[in-house]
Amino acid sequence: MACLALKGLLLAASPGAGEEVGSYAVTGDAIMEPLVGGKGDPARGAALISDRQRSLCTLCHSGPFPDAHLHGTLAPDLTGVGARLSEGQIRLRVVDMKRLVPNTIMPSYYRVEDEQGRRVATVWRSKPILSGDDILDIGAYLTTLKG
Amino acid sequence: MHALWPLAAVGAAAICGIVSAAGIEDGEERSGVDFMTPETQALQADDMSNPGMLWVLQGEQLWQQAEGRADVACAGCHDDASQTMRGVAARYSAFDAATERPIDLAGRINSCRAERQQAEPLAPESDALLALTAYVAHQSRGMPITPATDARLAPFRDNGRRLFQSRIGQLELSCASCHDDDWGKRLGGSVIPQAHPTGYPLFRLEWQTVGSLQRRLRNCMIGVRAEPLDLELHLTERARGLLVETPAVRP
Ligand code: HEC
Ligand code: HEC
Repeated sequence: MACLALKGLLLAASPGAGEEVGSYAVTGDAIMEPLVGGKGDPARGAALISDRQRSLCTLCHSGPFPDAHLHGTLAPDLTGVGARLSEGQIRLRVVDMKRLVPNTIMPSYYRVEDEQGRRVATVWRSKPILSGDDILDIGAYLTTLKG
Repeated sequence: MHALWPLAAVGAAAICGIVSAAGIEDGEERSGVDFMTPETQALQADDMSNPGMLWVLQGEQLWQQAEGRADVACAGCHDDASQTMRGVAARYSAFDAATERPIDLAGRINSCRAERQQAEPLAPESDALLALTAYVAHQSRGMPITPATDARLAPFRDNGRRLFQSRIGQLELSCASCHDDDWGKRLGGSVIPQAHPTGYPLFRLEWQTVGSLQRRLRNCMIGVRAEPLDLELHLTERARGLLVETPAVRP
């Protein structure tokens, strides 16, 4: 893992992942700056959260999303997460939960590392699970969940 | 069900890789049948409604049918399957001296076809191979799984155990993350079972047909976005003592 301690910030670079995963700075338990420019689209974020093939969020999490009977019970309910956590805190949790909980089952959505020996299927190799834009939209939506 | 899983989780994290059944406490091993709805359980329990029985019946016919250049049926060598095949599925996979590798029941059936019947091998997941495998495995229904003790299997089994506990695929989940640590919880709409291969080949409602353990494993590996691996021996060891159900039904 390529981490550089810089003036109290952790700068994580993505080794050899090309343009797909950009670098970002971790401050405490948050990523303060958005991964990409532009404004997040909460409606698209809401649709992504419920996308069981792409984001997979509701396979583990429940929350104020459609089809409650298809929500998993492997992870905390996301109701009110926007009141508990700031946008930057949510961002780090989606980007790389393993930094906070090393043995978590939550996938690191914006990380391409240590693929050797992990038998990643060819179609998914060298790609983050979600893009910076996806994570921007998901963050914009989750911060609206105030209670 | 929910009350049970925390015990398992703590165990697995602590002793991962040391004990074969790490994560599932002794006496807590449960077949996938226990996690199904009463409706699906009833479908499996009644031979008249269990769709897998169609494959068993087809297998019974194939067992009697002469095949290949040797023009001999399975029954020609093995006679009455209810006598000669009883208990075979409960102890498979076995070590195949010819290839120096483990061989599963379907593989053994195909090697008999090639060598004794001198016929073309049956394609993986073909109805005929599933039918014969289901028929043979059905002869062990109700018997406890007692894996072969052949020492030559040990390295393959150990490798399987290691892989079962390794984080794999783009999602970086191990089989154990779900099946040792979080069984009984729900992944989306599905209850996570303990992944015991008790009823293969089995009828899966999602497939609307019978399929092999290999096919079922591919589903979970595609789920974590990993390349396929061979875990049959380890899974059978984990399931020691559970009863054979073939043909089982699963959601
Ligand atoms: C395979 C399971 C899994 C998936 C898929 C998953 N998570 Fe999580 N998530 C967890 C677990 C487990 C935790 C709690 C952290 C821990 O203890 O490991 C968590 C915690 C979180 C938290 C912190 C919640 C809080 O109240 O502190 C957020 C936010 C979150 N997840 C968002 C998401 C989003 C958004 C997605 C999809 C893009 C997602 N998760 C997909 C398992 C998952
Ligand atoms: C994120 C969770 C998860 C992971 C990781 C996972 N599985 Fe599964 N597995 C499931 C669920 C859920 C089912 C049941 C699906 C259903 O009922 O439709 C299942 C079913 C199975 C079954 C069928 C059990 C039966 O009763 O017939 C086997 C065998 C199995 N998994 C093996 C594995 C192996 C081997 C791995 C690792 C390569 C693995 N699983 C990884 C969630 C998972």
